Amino acid sequence: MARIDLDNIRHAYAPNPQAETDYALRLVNQTFDDGGAYALLGPSGCGKTSLLNIISGLVSPTEGRVLFNGDDMTSRPTEKRNIAQVFQFPVVYDSMTVRENLAFPLRNRGVKRVEIAKRVDEVIDIVGLQALADRRARGLTADEKQKISLGRGLVRADVGAILFDEPLTVIDPHMKWQLRASLREVHRRTATTMIYVTHDQTEALTFASKVVVMYDGLIVQVGTPAELFDCPSHTFVGYFIGSPGMNIVPASLNGANLQLGAHSVPLASAPRLEGQPNLEFGVRPEFVRLGAQGIPATVSRVEDAGRYRVVHLTMEGKAIAALLREGEEIPASPHIAFDPIGVHLYADSWRVAVAGAGAQ
Amino acid sequence: MKPVNHGAWFLVLPMLIIVAFTAVIPLMTVVNYSVQYVATNAQFHWVGDLWFREVLHSEKFWNALWRNLVFSGCILAIEIPLGVLIALNMPRKGWGVPVCLVLMALPLLVPWYVVGMIWQMFGRVDIGLMGVMLRDIGYNYEGDPIDAWFTLILMDVWHWTSLVALLAYAGLVSIPDAYYQAARIDGASKWSVFRYIQLPKMARVLTIAVLLRFMDSFMIFTEPFAVIAGGDPVFLSTELKQTVELGQKAAMSLIYFLIILLMSWIFYTVMTRDDGEPIGQGGAS
Repeated sequence: MARIDLDNIRHAYAPNPQAETDYALRLVNQTFDDGGAYALLGPSGCGKTSLLNIISGLVSPTEGRVLFNGDDMTSRPTEKRNIAQVFQFPVVYDSMTVRENLAFPLRNRGVKRVEIAKRVDEVIDIVGLQALADRRARGLTADEKQKISLGRGLVRADVGAILFDEPLTVIDPHMKWQLRASLREVHRRTATTMIYVTHDQTEALTFASKVVVMYDGLIVQVGTPAELFDCPSHTFVGYFIGSPGMNIVPASLNGANLQLGAHSVPLASAPRLEGQPNLEFGVRPEFVRLGAQGIPATVSRVEDAGRYRVVHLTMEGKAIAALLREGEEIPASPHIAFDPIGVHLYADSWRVAVAGAGAQ
Repeated sequence: MKPVNHGAWFLVLPMLIIVAFTAVIPLMTVVNYSVQYVATNAQFHWVGDLWFREVLHSEKFWNALWRNLVFSGCILAIEIPLGVLIALNMPRKGWGVPVCLVLMALPLLVPWYVVGMIWQMFGRVDIGLMGVMLRDIGYNYEGDPIDAWFTLILMDVWHWTSLVALLAYAGLVSIPDAYYQAARIDGASKWSVFRYIQLPKMARVLTIAVLLRFMDSFMIFTEPFAVIAGGDPVFLSTELKQTVELGQKAAMSLIYFLIILLMSWIFYTVMTRDDGEPIGQGGAS
């Protein structure tokens, strides 16, 4: 069991990084609490796998420290870190049986035979491989192999954290749900710190109690799924989380009014943002209302998603998406209004707190 | 039920004809000779299994067979581990890779007979570099069968270890990094990594290497012919060449062929009995 602290981590793969763009991880400070279930969410190339490999010690950071329970682990090799990692592609020792696979990390550490047998039986029970325990690992399916990888992580009594690197990539869709459910179950039973890297928001939001969103080598927001949805602190979070993502429209400020082209949306207070050139207005499609009043818009496309419809509109030359629930109709001449609780203001992509923005 | 158009069989015909003329008919001709006595006036006489009995009762044949088996055994015992060892130590990236690959491939490009000539000269006790150097400890491949044997093995190792190394290397580089990373996390030793990751992943290519090296070394002819002109030690192939009777030659060829077929089958079955699992890979608890 371990709390993991990342202290001013920066990492570049090429030697002698000069410019900011040379860094795969620009600056990361983050604490993973003991026993937490975390997801590292972000697009390909955002640095999430690099961060995971830095925690497990497969990669050593250019700058900064990695602390486990306060102990500096930065220069410790992987095998001394009490970390388990499950990879994108299932890694099993083909020639061994399931049981031998699970016993392998313990045998390497010189654990007693009786103790190994006891631990292995427990883990077989946790990951649900009872029926396959004495089968050779070679012939198993991808999801069964992935369970073995997970089991090899769980089998060590001293394991501080289990890291997952997009573990469901090669798993069939119908097995994904099941495996994810068993991951949650394992987390509930063992209370091991788990960090789960993925680019799939559904996986991240259903697995983790805290989601760490990464973008371009930085952590842009850490929060519960609800926080990420309700209050994205960076335009990327708004855009990346939710389906469809947040509407982000360039805007300017005019006192307490937000200027969207020729129309204005009054804000509750005038934010002090003089001299901020890159102002953007963000609202999720769930908070866009279509009615007879507001800003005129034209419908360009409607997608039927079953329970709701996504209406793509053009407003002042900008694309806006709105959600229509079942039974709601598109007005003949649609006007857009924004639900005040869903309105956010971004300066240079970062959220600015504005009390009670409203739309007329 | 859909009617089946058997006309498609005609498409197989050209292949069948080619195989018939290249393999089946020549083999059947040999079978035909093996049961006949060919008299000087080109008259054929049916003799049944006479030639086969003659071959199987010939001491020279059995001696040659044992020599062949021991020779192939030595070749495999040296070349396979040595090839794997070389492959394990070859660089994985950088300029060393092409340099190594080209250097390793060079011996494979040399024709058999030329290899024989190279070693014949290399080992000569009057002018050969190796021969002169080893002369003082009594080395002389022309006079001593053991020395000739030693020279032939050395020559085969020089010629063919690269093949094993290249095949093993191909197997090694195909192992994804995640396996090594997982092994580090599991605290595996270098030996465990070799035993449980590298060796099982190399098993398929090693099966091919063992089969190729077995068949090739078991059929060895050109090199002993070039080096020692078919003298001692006598292999099956050289023994075959020295046989005069056409029928006996044919019978011996068939026995030789069947032995190779049988041995290859045994190797293949044993090595792939658990989907490419190499020998001695059983339960390790």
